[in-house]
Amino acid sequence: MARDAWTRRAADAAFGTGIRAASLVTVLLLLAPTAVVVVASFTGSGTLQFPPPSWSLRWYEALFTSSDQLLAAARTSFVVAALSTLVCTVLGTLAACAIARSRSRWAVALDAVFMSPMVLPAMAFGLALLLVLSLAGVTLGTWTLVVGHSIVCTPFVIRMVSASAQQVDPALLDASEALGASEAFTFARVTLPLVARGVAAGAFVSFLSSFDHVPVSLMLADPRSETLPIHLWTILESNLDVRVASVCGIVVAATILIAFSFERLLRAPARTRGG
Amino acid sequence: MAIAIASARPAPGGARTRRPELLPATPLAALFFAAYLVPLAALGVVSLSATDGGIGLQHYRKFLGDGFNWRVLADTLVLSAQVTVVTALAAVPLAIAYRTAGPRLRTALLLAVLLPMLTSTVVRTFAWLVILGREGIVNGMLVGWGLLDEPARLLYTRGALVLALAQIMLPLQALPLMNAMLRVDDQMLQASEALGASRWRTCWRVLLPLAMPGLVAGALLSFTGASTAFVTQTLVGGGRQLFMPQYIHQQAIGLNNYGFAAAVAVVFVVAMLLAVVAASRAPVRLPGRA
Repeated sequence: MARDAWTRRAADAAFGTGIRAASLVTVLLLLAPTAVVVVASFTGSGTLQFPPPSWSLRWYEALFTSSDQLLAAARTSFVVAALSTLVCTVLGTLAACAIARSRSRWAVALDAVFMSPMVLPAMAFGLALLLVLSLAGVTLGTWTLVVGHSIVCTPFVIRMVSASAQQVDPALLDASEALGASEAFTFARVTLPLVARGVAAGAFVSFLSSFDHVPVSLMLADPRSETLPIHLWTILESNLDVRVASVCGIVVAATILIAFSFERLLRAPARTRGG
Repeated sequence: MAIAIASARPAPGGARTRRPELLPATPLAALFFAAYLVPLAALGVVSLSATDGGIGLQHYRKFLGDGFNWRVLADTLVLSAQVTVVTALAAVPLAIAYRTAGPRLRTALLLAVLLPMLTSTVVRTFAWLVILGREGIVNGMLVGWGLLDEPARLLYTRGALVLALAQIMLPLQALPLMNAMLRVDDQMLQASEALGASRWRTCWRVLLPLAMPGLVAGALLSFTGASTAFVTQTLVGGGRQLFMPQYIHQQAIGLNNYGFAAAVAVVFVVAMLLAVVAASRAPVRLPGRA
């Protein structure tokens, strides 16, 4: 009996240690690759090595002195991400709040359609959009990219906003309307403040995923509106240019900066039950 | 009197809420109709076009009649399945640690998952090129320690591709699983241990089954994500491994073969839909749970 208890305690201790060790490996796997790129970007040598043989900022300087194409691509990506985020955040918030409040079967169907770009292969959608645009004789450019990215980023807004909207007490909206407020006024003064966190989170994720999106942009690419990830992809297809590392360094720094300014959105939820 | 007054006013929640509640969703619905549903319909029509200008199954016959196309499709699905297995294996211990952690460690673990998810895929793919390249870290260590005489070819192998894709898809698997684990009632686990089950058995027979919906949801995201990860597939997989997204791009943009590219795209979409439906029908409901 005593021996059983001892084996049991040893097995339980092994479980705890095993979980801790395995999750440490997972965390390392998650974080190490990005850290490697950031460290490697400060190399002083002409090729990418880790650890770098010497340190310098020369590849960051090179970005601003001799990389017009990269900067132009970054500007295009920024504009496309900002505009498509604006489109899908405004339209997505309106739609998600309406869907959360409605009980009709149409709401379920609309939700499924708006969420479907998440699982639909983006390259297939990109080809579909390209076919329609060329059949309609539309010239490809920044605006066609904005349309494509708006579709691809909508699921993030819908998911985040509806998660917030489902927690809004419908009695508050009924109260506002019973007191004579119009639906528009109720939306602006009651619903919107209550779902603001979800809207911000949705906008944030949709901006980042548009900035990073390749398949649709690749299908709709025209030489003058090349986006940053496509430009980097083209460079990497041919050789390991160290300038890519410094672009990555800047992208990582910007991501962390934005993420921490949204720090309240990232906080872990509290456990609902004691433990 | 009272009845007359009451009926003169609109009943609360009556006529007012019966007005079209979904009206605010129409702008987005219009955008999706014009820029999503119509294009997808056009994709289907173009895939059915024949070279003589008529309608026919010619492109599908070409796709299904050539073993090469089947291999590309099967390879894409197998790659996604391999990636999904690796992400699940890596995510489970992390999610258990997240469940048992204190508030500060929990926030740190959440950040460790969220920050990579928000970091650009191109950046993370590039990281694997630096790590696994000819002059990369792994080769540097192997040669430096005298284990290898010359650098090995690590990039452009299936193993490298699975590892890189798993690292990139890991947050998508981990987040839903972590949420599901957090919601599992402690009393269930305490009951299991009080009845004499070890922590291993409790984890395998109680915790994992209760967190199964999160595991399935994450696996779905990881599977679909890996299958369409064009950038990682091309850069880490190299030219010798061809998957569906690049095949579509090659046929459409490289060869101007739009009809066949559309057929490949339709086959890919249908295959993914079937996989999603199969996964969402997986037996995740357990007896005794609502």
